[in-house]
Amino acid sequence: MRKSPLLRISAALVFAFLYIPLIVVVIFSFNASKLNAEWVGFTLDWYRVLFHNERMLIAARNSLFIATMAAMLATILGTMAGIAMHRFRPRFLPFMALTPLAMPEILLGVSLLIFFISAFGENALSLLTVIIAHTTFCIGFVAIIVRARLSGMDESVFEAARDLGATPWQSFRLVTFPLIRPAVVAGALMSFTLSIDDFVITFFTAGAGVPTLPLTIYTMIKIAVTPEVNALSTLMMLLTLFLIVVASKVAPDLFRSKRLVKDDEAESKA
Amino acid sequence: MALLEIRNVTRRFDDFVAVDRVDLSVNAGEFFTLLGPSGCGKTTLLRMIAGFDQPDEGAIVLDGIDLKDTPPEKRPVHTVFQSYALFPHMTVEQNIAFPLKMARQSEDEIRVKVKNALSQVALNDRAARYPHELSGGQRQRVALARGLVNRPRLLLLDEPLGALDAKLREQMQIELIALQRDIGVTFIFVTHSQAEALALSHRIAVMNHGRVEQLDEPDKLYGAPKNRFVADFIGNVNMHEATVQSAGATLTLLLGKLGQITAPARAGVNVGDAGVFVIRPEQVSIRAASEASSDPNQFVGVINDFLYTGDVTTYIVDLPDGARLEALLPNSAPGRAKFFELGDPVRVSWKAEAGAFLTS
Repeated sequence: MRKSPLLRISAALVFAFLYIPLIVVVIFSFNASKLNAEWVGFTLDWYRVLFHNERMLIAARNSLFIATMAAMLATILGTMAGIAMHRFRPRFLPFMALTPLAMPEILLGVSLLIFFISAFGENALSLLTVIIAHTTFCIGFVAIIVRARLSGMDESVFEAARDLGATPWQSFRLVTFPLIRPAVVAGALMSFTLSIDDFVITFFTAGAGVPTLPLTIYTMIKIAVTPEVNALSTLMMLLTLFLIVVASKVAPDLFRSKRLVKDDEAESKA
Repeated sequence: MALLEIRNVTRRFDDFVAVDRVDLSVNAGEFFTLLGPSGCGKTTLLRMIAGFDQPDEGAIVLDGIDLKDTPPEKRPVHTVFQSYALFPHMTVEQNIAFPLKMARQSEDEIRVKVKNALSQVALNDRAARYPHELSGGQRQRVALARGLVNRPRLLLLDEPLGALDAKLREQMQIELIALQRDIGVTFIFVTHSQAEALALSHRIAVMNHGRVEQLDEPDKLYGAPKNRFVADFIGNVNMHEATVQSAGATLTLLLGKLGQITAPARAGVNVGDAGVFVIRPEQVSIRAASEASSDPNQFVGVINDFLYTGDVTTYIVDLPDGARLEALLPNSAPGRAKFFELGDPVRVSWKAEAGAFLTS
């Protein structure tokens, strides 16, 4: 089908709107001027400054730790939820798992804050509460990715495993898990990026003692948007981009609009 | 003692009775077939034998042991699924080794058995391939090898030939029979294809609406169907409403306006009983109306249509009462495709011992 020029122009505008600000940030992270106004010359100084900033390093460590833990927990729980949704077709589980994805973040943040304070007291907020909060909104992502993968597969493969002598656990370990592994890995990577980028929910559940990268950036730009922030943003962008690319490699069907063709149909005539 | 006994098994799904008081037994070494239209309960029955489903009533007994509390992995029963259900992430070799690994056999033992299984289905050169690299027929053979490799007491086959094209299906049928004979494992085969069932089985249970209509050897099913459903489902058959006029050493039937015929006697049939007379097309002789026949049952009709299928031609004859009769004539004379033209007057006839009167 021929695409009309109007369609091309509007698509170009949308992409420009999305990506030009990101490109500007990247460019200015290499700018020798302290102001984000004009290009003065190329420098890597801001990256050097960044890596000597103690506050920043602590925040980065916190963020990486939280993202790793939250991704791990969300992947385990989300995979279990995805399999349960597929196998038992429960009526309410999908809603319960997916609602946090659609709910306004601020609502989730406030309700988690109230929950933690009322359940564990005034000083409850810590790394742990952030991890729990991040896990809750990542579970849904993992669950839908895993379920999508399962629903594209021939159900009798799982029965065949049992039929040929595998216990339920062996059948999971040797057949189900290898087949859903791409979805599990993609879910884990998605969770990691969602967690490391999250601001709103972290803001409500982290308290004072747990600065994360997004929180630190926010405090920094309250004073001024320094090139240092640009450098940090550029690095986070790179990490996120890298994880998305990896996710698209391990689970290409999640990023393609083409329907997943089952092995059986593809070559039955061969 | 029978290897497998299905004792009065019933399975309901909500209001729908999928399997209705089925009672049958399968002998060791037998090629047993469950035949019926889709929805007749044959696959549900198979799934209960495999252990994926449980009967609501009745028992499934293997080697004298009730399988009620035995999960699928503990049953010495393997299944060849309609979709083959090969593990897509394992090679042919790994697929076949799977049941042996689950049975914790030694590496050496597994290597030898997999090798034998591969040569049995002539796939030695495909051992390291993945299922998606194989053709339909090859996948089928891998599924068979995998199901048979650790010699189950029973192999269940759920329409395994359904996905193959006609030529390949015929070839696989021959391979199946040979494999079953060589290995001696008992097969329970599920199909909706009567031709497949007749060609493969030692005994066939014809199922309809969850019940077994008739359980018999193929030639008995075809030659002496017990009721209309079986007569109609197995092969082609001519059916005509009939009433019994006299019953003795033979039956005299009144075929509506057509007149009287003589049919084989049948126990429990009384004068006045209404039912159908069934006769296979190949039992009906057909000749030009001008030629005489010595058969006791004969009618004159007109050729309405014919179906040339190469080896035989099926003629459809309009009888005087408006009924249609199919008659089969082999095209044994070379170059001869048909003996009659549309509209030709013909004489159809059959012997007194041909056909059957059925009341149900």
